[in-house]
Formats: sequence, structure tokens, C-alpha cells
Amino acid sequence: MTVTNVGNGRGTGQDGTAQPLAVGLRGIHKSFGSVEAVRGIDLDIASGEIVAFLGPNGAGKTSTIDIILGLSRPTAGEVSVFGMTPRQAISRGLVSAVMQTGGLLKDLTVAETAQYTASLFAHSMPVPEVLKRAGIDGIADRRVGKCSGGEQQRLRFAMALLSDPELLILDEPTTGMDVEGRRGFWGAIRQDAAMGRTVLFATHYLEEADAYADRIILIRHGEIVADGTSSEVKALAAGRTVRATLAGADEAVLRAIPGADNVEVRGDTVLIHATDSDAVARYLLTSTPARDLEINTRGLEDAFIALTSDDSARNSNNAGGSR
Amino acid sequence: MSTQAIPAPDLSTRRAPGLGGFNLMVLKLEIRRLLRNRRTVIFAVISPVIFFLAFGLNSAYASERAGHGNVAAFVMVSMALYGAVLATTSGGAMVSIERAAGWSRQLRLTPLSPAAYITIKMLGALVLGGISVIAVFAAGIISHKPQMPVYLWIVSGLCVWIGSLIFTAFGLFLGYLLPTENVMQFLGIGIAILAFAGGLFTPLNQFPHLFRTIAQFTPLYGLNQLVHTPQLGGNVHLAWAANAIIWLVILAAGAVWRFRKDTARV
Repeated sequence: MTVTNVGNGRGTGQDGTAQPLAVGLRGIHKSFGSVEAVRGIDLDIASGEIVAFLGPNGAGKTSTIDIILGLSRPTAGEVSVFGMTPRQAISRGLVSAVMQTGGLLKDLTVAETAQYTASLFAHSMPVPEVLKRAGIDGIADRRVGKCSGGEQQRLRFAMALLSDPELLILDEPTTGMDVEGRRGFWGAIRQDAAMGRTVLFATHYLEEADAYADRIILIRHGEIVADGTSSEVKALAAGRTVRATLAGADEAVLRAIPGADNVEVRGDTVLIHATDSDAVARYLLTSTPARDLEINTRGLEDAFIALTSDDSARNSNNAGGSR
Repeated sequence: MSTQAIPAPDLSTRRAPGLGGFNLMVLKLEIRRLLRNRRTVIFAVISPVIFFLAFGLNSAYASERAGHGNVAAFVMVSMALYGAVLATTSGGAMVSIERAAGWSRQLRLTPLSPAAYITIKMLGALVLGGISVIAVFAAGIISHKPQMPVYLWIVSGLCVWIGSLIFTAFGLFLGYLLPTENVMQFLGIGIAILAFAGGLFTPLNQFPHLFRTIAQFTPLYGLNQLVHTPQLGGNVHLAWAANAIIWLVILAAGAVWRFRKDTARV
């Protein structure tokens, strides 16, 4: 699989300064038994970037985030956060995260949960101020168990802000929220990010990545398949499909064609999604007995799915996710 | 590009907290949580008081002599131990609920060190254990039945309180072993059985020989003998101390083993 880097030298840090990268990943692999969740991720995130990990469920987004947070150790590769180990960065309050679910005690109130968390850090912001910023100052005395899903998610956000982190990581933060809740939540994040925090969030919603990130990293099967601005990735996702009749096609060989990023074989018909459809067509016509060749431009949504989803699961999936 | 305009963060001012994040705010909130849990309070504070009132005041034997005091005082100390052990075990076992809720994972995103976390759990459990001892002793004072010199109330109470700390390790072991909210029910039955075998409810000499022999190897036996030594007088048997120490080592090793498994899991 080739990594399609459509970015323009991004992620190499700010020129001329020794400022460590917010996140540096080198050759990260993570296996759970025989399952490879992350298969060689290299990634630099500079301070101040707002980055989206975009990909379907099971693409390796959460595994990668867990490694950045030090919640799991990579099977191979190196990870640094502001030039330190994840644990060092966390103990200094430099990194915090809003997880998808869990992580709250039902028997504490909203304010107590925040006080508990704040007390653990050497430096923390005032609890009332943070609750206000997360929009939950009105329910400070409510038990967490009595809060709605959206309120609990805002509390997780408040907890993540307490240490005034330089890097904020959000793993599918709006899962289970309604449209209104999602909008409010992202409004709060956006306001916060305007103050210079580095933000990395994982999502499987194309529109979330499009609206809130200035850099999108597409992940599929534990690898980065594209990395660039929203418009660059969209242009990439909106590539073309080459369709041809080719008996006995070898999928692995077709995948290796430069510019081909998704291959599907249906009997004698091959469908190859490509950013460089000309190269694929040239290859098929000159190096294989392919015939009846057609080249089609696909819709953005359709193309995005092809770029990020599991080949076999494509038909049952959609960009909004199936959860 | 927006990244150019943002000043580099000043990382040099960032420090990790001392004592691995241990602080009194967290201890206060942990104790508040324990006291908010109605089931724990009923188990660990109310039930030993009721047992004392039921078994300790029986006029058939309550005023009989027992060492430097009477039988009512003896039963009071037994019930204080029962309550304190329930309290410290419950306090330790709360990690089970925290794991199920994902709170343990959340704490790993903070500077709190595992050692500081365990220390907080132990201190919280000790406070609840202290409340059980005080509650049973208060019932004793109000009932006017237990008779023993004042210094023995204090010494026996302290022995029960400190000794019950052994069972925090039992609670932590169970809490890391059983990732379920039902751990408290399991623990209530488990402690009741151990209390019977340890001779807290009925003197062991009323049981058949085989039962008595087995009972001597159960975790509450040694501790129960030890906490009654101040009142009854006589020497501390090596077997009692060995029982308590060996069980402490076994339970603490179990807790550490499960804890390591838990943190290595992800």
C-alpha cells in the first residue's frame, strides 16, 4: 500500500525552531494476537495543528490514539509526545483526552469529578471556569449518573481541559450524540482550539473532519492512506474508477499498479479506483489482456467510502457510519 | 497556514505533581463516595451493630467473665472486627466498580501513580473501618453491657482497626479479579463464611474437631485471636501471628498480580 501524501511538507515542524513535535510516530505497529491493528504508521503533528484521523470503525484510529496516550505500548516503533514519552507528557499535564465512553463515576457529582481530576495535576485551571467553558456550570451539583450522554461528554471535555493541555485528543467524541449535541460540542472545541491548542480527533464522520480539521489523515487497515488538507483529501477521494473486463485477474498484481488505491474483482470484471486513472488504464491496456475499458468519475461520498472502508464491507457501509 | 501564527508552547513550566498525585482532595472525595454507597454503609456499619445487639446482650452469658472483661465486651470486639473487615474489603473492592466504569483507565490519563492510587484506597478503607469500630463500640457504651478497663477498649479497638487493613488487600485482589458491579454481594457472603470459620460469631470449641482444624487455616482466624488477646490476657501464639502474616502476604501478592495483569492488558 502506498501512502498518498498530498500535503505540502506539513508535519515537519516549524522551520528554524527546535520546538519538539506535538506528536511523533515512527514505524508504529500494534498487534493483538494475530490481528494487526496498526501496520506501520509514521506521523508528525506540529504544535497548533488541528488534525482529524478519519476512517471507518476498526481502521486502527483508537489503537493509534491509545499508543499516543501511553495506554498501550506499540508492538514495534517509537512514539514521542512533545519530545517525551507519553507517560511523562501526561504526568506534566501536557496531553489529555476525551474518550468515547466510560471513564466517569456515577456516584460523584459533576463538580466533584472535576475537582478530583484537577487535584491530581501540579497545575490546573479553576474548576468553575472550566465547567463554564464546557457549558456544564449549571449542573455542577448533579450526580454524573443522572446526566445525559451529551452532558457526560461535556464533562469529559471539561476534565480534559483542566490541566490546560497543549495537546487535546478526542476519540470519536460525538458518538451517540444527537445533531444538536454534536454542534454544541464542536462549537466548544473550536472555540478552545482557536487559543492555540493542538487538537487530534478521530472520527468516522466525513463532515466532521471536513468542518473542523485543517489536516485530515485517512486511515484504513492500520495504515495512513492519505494525509492532507480537507480539500486535498476530497480531491483525492473524488478520483476515478477504471472498469475493465479481465479474465483471471490477480488482485495483488492490480493493487501494485502505481496510482491504484482500491481494487475489486467481480468475476471477469475488475474495478480499480485510482487517483491516476490514466496510469491504470495504460497499464491495463499495455500489460494485460484487459478489454472493454471504461473510466468513470465517482461522487465524493462514494469515493470516500472506497478510500477508507474495508473492500468487502463496502456495500453495507456508508459515510455516516453504521453504528 | 494557521500554525505559523501560534507561539510555541512553553513546556519548561510544566511539572509532574509530587507524591505521584496523592492529595487530600482525592482522599476526601473517595471517603465521601464510600459513605454515599448505602449498601456498603449498611454492610459495614449497620450490620455489625445489629449483630452485636443480637448476640452480645443475651443475659444468659453477657455478664460472664472473660479475661479482663466480660462476654459482652468479647462479642463487641468480635463484631467490631467483622465490621472493620467488611469495610476494608469493600473499600478495596471498589476498584472493581471503577474498572467496570472505565475510571481506572481515565486515571491513567492523569499523573496519579498506581502506588498513590492504592494508598488512597487503603486510607479510605481505613476511615470506613474506623467508623465501623466506633459504631459498634458506641452501641456497646450505650447498652452498658460490655465491661472492661478503659485502656482495653482503646487497645482492642486499635488492634481491630489496624488489623483490618489486611483485608484491604483481599478487597483489592477481588476487585481486580472480578470486573463486575456484583463483587459486593460476593464479598458479603465470603466475609460471613470467613467470619464463621474465624470464630467471630460462635466460639470454635463448639464445633467438631475437623471443622476446628480447618478453621485455623482461614484468614480471619489469626486476626480474631490476636484482637482478643488484650482482653483475654495470655501470650500471643506464634500460629496466630503466622496465620495473619501469611494471609497478608498471600492476599497482597494476589492483589499485585491481578493489578499487574490489569494494567498490562491494553
